[in-house]
Amino acid sequence: MAADTLASDSQPREGQIAALLRRNERLQLGLLLFPGLFWLVTFFALPLVVVVLYSFAASGPGGRIEWTFTLNNYRTLFTESLYVNAYWRSIWAGVWTTLACLILGYPLAYYIVRRPPRWRTVLLFLILIPFWTNFLVRTYAWMLILSNNGIINSAIQALGLPSVALYPSEGAVLVGLIYGSLPFMVLPIYASLARFDFTLMEAAADLGANQVQAFLRVMLPLTMPGVAAGSVLVFIPTVGQFVVSDLLGGAKVDYLGNLLQRLFTRSNPPNWPLGSAMAIVFMIVLTVAIIIYFRVTTEEDR
Amino acid sequence: MQPGRAMNNGIAVDLRNVVKRFADVCAVDHVSMQIRDGEFFSMLGPSGCGKTTTLRMIAGFEFPTSGEIFLHGKSVGNTPPFRRNVNTVFQSYALFPHMTVAENVAFGLRMKKAPPADIARRVTEALELVRLGDYAARRPRQLSGGQQQRVALARALVNHPEVLLLDEPLGSLDLKLRKEMQLELKSLQERVGITFIYVTHDQEEALTMSDRIAVMNAGRVLQIGTPTEIYERPICRFVADFIGETNFIEGKVESVEPGGIATITSDDGLTLRGQAIRPVTPGMNVTLSIRPEKAFLAVQAPPGTPNCYQVRVERIAYIGSDTRIDVRLGTRLFDLWEQNSRSTLDRDAYWQPGETGYLWWPAENAIILTE
Repeated sequence: MAADTLASDSQPREGQIAALLRRNERLQLGLLLFPGLFWLVTFFALPLVVVVLYSFAASGPGGRIEWTFTLNNYRTLFTESLYVNAYWRSIWAGVWTTLACLILGYPLAYYIVRRPPRWRTVLLFLILIPFWTNFLVRTYAWMLILSNNGIINSAIQALGLPSVALYPSEGAVLVGLIYGSLPFMVLPIYASLARFDFTLMEAAADLGANQVQAFLRVMLPLTMPGVAAGSVLVFIPTVGQFVVSDLLGGAKVDYLGNLLQRLFTRSNPPNWPLGSAMAIVFMIVLTVAIIIYFRVTTEEDR
Repeated sequence: MQPGRAMNNGIAVDLRNVVKRFADVCAVDHVSMQIRDGEFFSMLGPSGCGKTTTLRMIAGFEFPTSGEIFLHGKSVGNTPPFRRNVNTVFQSYALFPHMTVAENVAFGLRMKKAPPADIARRVTEALELVRLGDYAARRPRQLSGGQQQRVALARALVNHPEVLLLDEPLGSLDLKLRKEMQLELKSLQERVGITFIYVTHDQEEALTMSDRIAVMNAGRVLQIGTPTEIYERPICRFVADFIGETNFIEGKVESVEPGGIATITSDDGLTLRGQAIRPVTPGMNVTLSIRPEKAFLAVQAPPGTPNCYQVRVERIAYIGSDTRIDVRLGTRLFDLWEQNSRSTLDRDAYWQPGETGYLWWPAENAIILTE
């Protein structure tokens, strides 16, 4: 505090509040923390408590909340195949999307880092360009590409071959998810690689490591923070999404996000308690998964 | 210690007409040299002279555009680095930050799939060799620059390479530590008996440690020789100038005596005598190189000395061990160093600006350069 450098007693014109503040460091701290804490409590902690409370309530006629304590919502989630399947489907979609983004994104990030600085900027810019268009529009574009009279099938037909049903399908959903998530994987890995000292790869080669060994033992461990960050940035939104599966899956298969959306807004009557329970389980599963992932991947750095 | 020594007549590394071009730049221009087994060999030159590129070609990080490189008689021109029994100590050390000191040192042996018990023993030995036995479990960032330097050395030496390559390894250490490490490196090299190829732009470093030095400039090797040969008998102006300090006087050869002593008339009319290293003939344009510690300033003209000129002292710099004196000789300032071999505060014992003296040198102390 700059105020500390002034002699407090020799300032007669100083207000009482200022004097109080100067003497009381706890008060200073409290005031500084207040805006942030207020925000977190009001917009994060309280809604979370409300959701937890809902998850133990029952849904009455017309979607009214009945305040009793019940575990029925959780029981439904873990027994009814509709929900169990949606969980698995979403988690698998998240895993495949993350893996695919990793396999596509790491070499891409590597390629960009190894270009001369001027080209690096241009290529990073190209990675970011899709963000300039609305995500919905870009997903609709995939419908046009994959549909029965879309670009791919037109090309196939032009060759005299029978058209292939690409859309709507779970495959189309995966394509859309990978497409949308790729930049979130490339950018953190790029940041890690940009800090990586490539002399270390020469040192590894000098000590007898071939390219694969050098990558696995030196480059990958040292860029793990970027890989971990990118994986989390891709995995979490993917597991919870509902737009891509709605549009490219033709709303035929249910992912977690689709069920959540339906339970809260579309079904008649809506079932907020079941939706809340679903959200809580979702949150716990993700948190546990991420903790495990970070433990495994950043082990070397401790 | 050194496998594969057959059929190479004691030559560890043999470079034959090696050329390396990057796009339109010729970084290494027809370099040929032979580095002997067990030798401490330095490549010395200003930055951009091609010394590091030459080293990187021996390591296998770069491949020659043309020419051949032999390691103990085996051509390795296009062999990747991990198949060469050569190790490098990098300027930045390039220690693996996510591994402990012991893991760093063990890396090369692990890659060669040495038995674990063997690895443990050799890592301990290597760390003892560089006096870091107690630091095995540390991470590189927990060590000082000098310690990291020694880890880098241990990591390379543990593999018993045919040749150890060192790329300005002392560059980032402070002066005192650098001098310590110079002596330590030299004694280490004598103990392990491995051929060291050392790249530096620091002439004092090269003179201190090397058995032989290759002086390079603009991608070419100008001279290869022992420190004494390089310093006392430079073959061209660049070498004389780059190694140590010297005074150049340009002139024309008047006459040559048997034994290579020649008389020269300088551009400003002085008559000087010097030692020709290469044959000279009257009428040739040459440069005389006289090192500052090889010329003397006397109060009275020494009798019978040909290279003797009355001069005025212009500037004095007292630096403790020596006094550096600038005198006016003809149109130029001539630099000479006088050792302060007497301990005294007497002002008369030292030259003062404005005084007049007689500058002289024995003819064999002045080297006649033709290039």
